Amino acid sequence: MEPKHSDQWKQIASSSEFIKLMKRRKRFQFFSTIFFVMYYFALPVLAGYTGLLNTRIFGSINGIYLFALSQFFMAWILAFIYVRHANQLDQTIEQIKKDLPKEALS
Amino acid sequence: MAFLFFSIIVLITLLITYWASKRTSTTADFYVAGKSISGWQNGIAIAGDYMSAASFLGIAGIIALYGFDGFMYSVGWLVAYLVVLIIVAEPLRNTGQYTLADMLAYRMSRKPVRAVAALSTITISTFYMIAQLVGAGGIIKLLLGLDYELSIIIIGVLMILYVVFGGMLATTWVQIIKAVLLMAGTAILSFLVLSKFNFSVVEMFNQVSERYGQTFLEPGKLYKNPLDNISLGLALLAGTAGLPHILIRFYTVPTAREARKSVVWAMLIIGAFYIMTTFLGFGAALLVGQDKITLADKSGNMSAPLLAEALGGTYFLAFISAVAFATILAVVAGLVISAAGAFAHDFYANVLRNGKATESEQIKVARYGSVGVGIISIILALLCKNQNVAFLVALAFAVAASANLPVIIFSLFWKRFNTCGAVTGMLTGLLSSIILVIISPNVMEASAIFPLKNPALLSVPLGFIGAILGTLLSKDTTSEESYTELYVRANTGIGMKD
Repeated sequence: MEPKHSDQWKQIASSSEFIKLMKRRKRFQFFSTIFFVMYYFALPVLAGYTGLLNTRIFGSINGIYLFALSQFFMAWILAFIYVRHANQLDQTIEQIKKDLPKEALS
Repeated sequence: MAFLFFSIIVLITLLITYWASKRTSTTADFYVAGKSISGWQNGIAIAGDYMSAASFLGIAGIIALYGFDGFMYSVGWLVAYLVVLIIVAEPLRNTGQYTLADMLAYRMSRKPVRAVAALSTITISTFYMIAQLVGAGGIIKLLLGLDYELSIIIIGVLMILYVVFGGMLATTWVQIIKAVLLMAGTAILSFLVLSKFNFSVVEMFNQVSERYGQTFLEPGKLYKNPLDNISLGLALLAGTAGLPHILIRFYTVPTAREARKSVVWAMLIIGAFYIMTTFLGFGAALLVGQDKITLADKSGNMSAPLLAEALGGTYFLAFISAVAFATILAVVAGLVISAAGAFAHDFYANVLRNGKATESEQIKVARYGSVGVGIISIILALLCKNQNVAFLVALAFAVAASANLPVIIFSLFWKRFNTCGAVTGMLTGLLSSIILVIISPNVMEASAIFPLKNPALLSVPLGFIGAILGTLLSKDTTSEESYTELYVRANTGIGMKD
């Protein structure tokens, strides 16, 4: 690997746009992961150690069934939120690419 | 009748393979369909790659026999895709050509990292494949009356043909067709079931409660030890993002944006499928009855086919059986191509030949590799006749979670992470998963030393600890210099070859 190359990567990495991009990306990754991991493990914990959600809600359908079902919607909704977030970040990435010197990195 | 449907599926998939073989000439064509698959196509293919016969027949069965616990089991299979979507898919697409090891090789010394990554990939794919093939042998015997041995050989030969001649392009289209058939079959079955209850889900649940008691709709029928379920959940959540046959799919699309789109498509399909398995399971429990289901097969695998027979007669049974058959084919083809990729691209081309193998040599080895992986799996599956191998799927997920995910995460986020850390991390994760399963109730039954059926709860932390210790104990800091490059590439896609 040529030294000039590695300088270019460092240059991008220290640009204010890239730093801003990574701050937003990591913040999203961190908080969304904590959220869905806790939401998901709440299911086996509540189901395995408590009978809290066994109350019937619609006819014989009980709370734990609805909570399990809600996991599917949680996953879908979070996926759509992520896509909206990532599409915004794509614009920042386009900006970073535009600022690159003509000879493209490979 | 079922035979006719089976033959139609075989014929169509072989025609696709013939078509794909004419479009497969370079290594990029063979491993990743020339990166020509679009986001939504790849999304359907991921779903087809992922939803196994165990999902279709197995989960419907455990819901029919154990109620809520079966449904709870299916949740983790979808939620796991959030890890894939938010953390793994795009960086991997931005930094790799064909395999997971491509990303690791940016920062690490190539040979050891590629060799261990290939070992882990081949181990995961083989465990997964044996479980699929053994299950398939049993299922085809039930559905068609063919011998176990003959069923496995037919499936094995077909999967080898698809991969060797049609490469990733044929594999992708087999997976797409399977996903469409599986979704159509499940949707029709669900519709027919609901029509028996005036399209009222509440009415269906009420009848289930009346016949099998309200406790059937509460946790505890299947999982007696909650920790087992938590450990399984961890294996699914952390393991899906490390499964080689899923990861390789992200290299088949042209950009990270398309990779992102494909995960969302896959999540919509997979989620809808698992929700519908409730209708299949409860439909079978009410319209077929648990007695008749367990009479056909103790584990409940025949719930969905029996339900199809009860609702739509022999033709529908034949159709659903053919769907199950296509389901098996698509998954095993995906496993063969990912194992062959690891063998030919990582082990042969980069370790043995120092990256100096020519295109045609690589393709040749990839094809031989596919035949080799296929034949070994067939032999192992024949030897495992009458063995309960369901735990092998759990083991495959546990290895993926403990060996692959820690190194993926550390490569992307930890500057100090180095070759020694990657190698120790992968080996610790791999070995601890296997050893813990050997001393678990799966193998040792009542005299088990380790109490959990799935090792993830212990082996995933061990994988992370192995990677951390390996890194800190080694003085190697060369990988810090290349971190910046990987970090920028992974997060922006800059410098990606088109």
